[in-house]
Amino acid sequence: MNLDGLLDELASRFPAARLLQKPAQLAPYESDALTAFRSRPAAVLLAATQDDVIQAVRLCHHHSVPFVARGSGTSLSGGSLPVENGLVIALNKLDRIVRLDPAQRIAVVEPGVINLDVSRAAAPYGLYYAPDPSSQLICTIGGNVAFNSGGAHCLKYGMTANHVLGVKAVLPDGEVVQLGGESLENVGPDLTGFFVGSEGLFGVALEITLRLLPKPQLYRTVLAAYDSLEAAGDAVAMVVASGLLPGAMEIMDALAIEAAEAAVHAGYPRDAAALLIVELEGERIQVEAEFAHLLQVIEGSNPKTVTVAKDDADRARIWKGRKSAFSAVGRLSPDYLVQDGVVPRSRLGEALATIERLSRKHDLRVANVFHAGDGNLHPLILFNGRVAGELERAEELAGEIIQMCIDLGGSITGEHGVGMEKRQHMNTMFTATDLEVMAELRRALDPAEISNRGKMFPAGEAPALRSHGPHPLERQGVISRE
Amino acid sequence: MATITAIAPQTNADVQEAVCANPQLVVRGGGTKSALLAADTDAATLDMRQLTGMIEYAPGEFVFTARAGTTLQEVAATLAEHGQYLPFDPPLVEQGATLGGTIAAGLSGSGRHRYGGLRDFLIGVRFVDGQGRLVRGGGKVVKNAAGFDLPKLMVGSIGRLGVIVEASFKVFPQPPAFATLRAPQPSLDAALTTMARLNGSTFDIEALDLLIEEGGSVLYIRQGGLATTLGARQESLRAWLGGGEALPEADEAAFWAGSRSIGWVPAGWALVKTPVTLTAIPVLEQVLAAGGAQRRYIGGGALAWIAWPGDLTQLDAYLTQLQLSGLVLRGAATWPFVGTRSGASLAARVKRVLDPDNRFPIL
Repeated sequence: MNLDGLLDELASRFPAARLLQKPAQLAPYESDALTAFRSRPAAVLLAATQDDVIQAVRLCHHHSVPFVARGSGTSLSGGSLPVENGLVIALNKLDRIVRLDPAQRIAVVEPGVINLDVSRAAAPYGLYYAPDPSSQLICTIGGNVAFNSGGAHCLKYGMTANHVLGVKAVLPDGEVVQLGGESLENVGPDLTGFFVGSEGLFGVALEITLRLLPKPQLYRTVLAAYDSLEAAGDAVAMVVASGLLPGAMEIMDALAIEAAEAAVHAGYPRDAAALLIVELEGERIQVEAEFAHLLQVIEGSNPKTVTVAKDDADRARIWKGRKSAFSAVGRLSPDYLVQDGVVPRSRLGEALATIERLSRKHDLRVANVFHAGDGNLHPLILFNGRVAGELERAEELAGEIIQMCIDLGGSITGEHGVGMEKRQHMNTMFTATDLEVMAELRRALDPAEISNRGKMFPAGEAPALRSHGPHPLERQGVISRE
Repeated sequence: MATITAIAPQTNADVQEAVCANPQLVVRGGGTKSALLAADTDAATLDMRQLTGMIEYAPGEFVFTARAGTTLQEVAATLAEHGQYLPFDPPLVEQGATLGGTIAAGLSGSGRHRYGGLRDFLIGVRFVDGQGRLVRGGGKVVKNAAGFDLPKLMVGSIGRLGVIVEASFKVFPQPPAFATLRAPQPSLDAALTTMARLNGSTFDIEALDLLIEEGGSVLYIRQGGLATTLGARQESLRAWLGGGEALPEADEAAFWAGSRSIGWVPAGWALVKTPVTLTAIPVLEQVLAAGGAQRRYIGGGALAWIAWPGDLTQLDAYLTQLQLSGLVLRGAATWPFVGTRSGASLAARVKRVLDPDNRFPIL
């Protein structure tokens, strides 16, 4: 590793204003939304063009210096944590929507484009970009591609990988490849799909071809309150068994309800133990008929109250409460950890009961907000980092929840990715052979392991865990953790 | 292609053993895509038709796991008992195609239009690589972001990166009723314009195929949903289109079954899958018409099925010129890809990891 050589060459090509090296300039890049990890890079390059990125990657390869590509730094798994003394390639300025073709329903974008800006640009044509991670106001498509981001609509619409048709990328050794194209179909191995979710280990996406969808004609949303989480979980099973395919099914527990109410006054019933939100969308005639059916199913699930969104404003209010639940719960506690795990939907009740037991065992409060439609849990563990031992207990509790997800036949991450946070769990989810093959694939693209070194694979040298606190953007209410 | 050995594994361990024991291997399932079985060496054939059966199916999860040699027919029948189906509508079901072969060929059918293709529904795989290692990627839940997406790598790998032994899929409830509108178009351009409008509209369309019939371009538009609202929905679609006639109920299912079987390809002709876009169709249409090909554009104009009468090198040249790619499923081809290929260098790197000794044909 020849760091000085790299920095010299970078300095000769890029102005100091775009090559940050002073401690004060580097500080904002030391962490992402998983603030437990901090690590100082040697420099941050504010790339302005695709060519800047290609040059930087090639120089890093030449000098064997590790690099991390970074968008808005909203990763909840520490995926964009810098490598100590490595280079951070900041992609926010690569924010061009290169092309938007409404007839073919595609958008070709650079990695720094904000998720929601794709939908905004597509809106005049009645189109939108479906993946909607809760950080969509600020997170970038490049980050979404690297971590195969999800959102609230994954059962019906899939994750980011299902909406990426093509990727132009620079591999860690500097080769530029074009994967996929503009068609929804492909021949040969699906390399585009293979690239998506590779957590930055396969290099940097420079241009991404996204599939756009027509906005549904009508949404119908219902909010049902229950006496217990189990009852809400049972209602989900009943909806699924009825043959309906809702776009979203979300559950919140009492702690989350209370916090969301206090924060945004969503109009949730405060005395409920659990809330279920179910939404149908599609052609008006069909949705109205299905919604009538849905309401019958919900009525039969023994709810305390049922509220139907009467108009768009009602619907927006229901969703605002849901989307703000995380940061709202966070305000109840000095520190918190967000978990992300998946269980088979039919075992949600069992999973929630286990989480409750673990919460008591570790004497820490846990709030639950989750995507019930796809079994994606987001337990939020509240603790106080200033009380000796609480962080460790919270970490332990989080680990036990993830173990439970594996035991129930689920996954260690639904949408946040492995990053730094879940590396040690890869061994339980996959066999040694699975991981060996993945590591070999990684080295076939990156022999020196310079691209996002230390992420995804177990046994990397971990920077020290620090005390928790909200991300600066989170404090401003710009992002939320889920 | 003188095949000297045929091995029919019954367990994953059998597959691992066969891979380690044979320096050259070609994997076969139902044999419905004969061009993918071609090998120019004395390769052993790994016949997957005994590695069958549903391993896990919980209808409430919308997920099943089955062994690779299971036929699509068996899968479809099991799902149908619970009102569910494979939304990507794989072809060649009646002809005996297997789950593994369908993944390896990367094939979806007309119904992919509504919710996506095979790649969008495959959530987990187990495969034996060229070193005999049993490898798993993905999982059994519909949302999962752990590890590299090896299932995607298997889609379209045509048995040349590994032997798929087991797969998990997401499935959906099947619409209880279907109806199809047949809408003849005054010209190809008009047909493509209509397709673009439909693709951007709020109509929920299950399938949208463009057929080149004797009288010209004809669109077949399939809607699905509650029987009680289907009539009204079709009427509103017809009004929006300004024409079209409903296929009689007795013919509706048969029309799409015919599409699924790709039975319209004349005997002895090659069958080629070509990914397309609405923009690419007009130029492609010219060379296909000139070459005497029969063709259908399915999935809202995402995919062309091409029945090619003559020498495939000619089609290869045309596709290359148009910057299009193709996969030969049937016909005399020693190399299954025609036209351009993207990402070949990355595919080669992957091949070196999974099959360094080239036990499977080159990719």
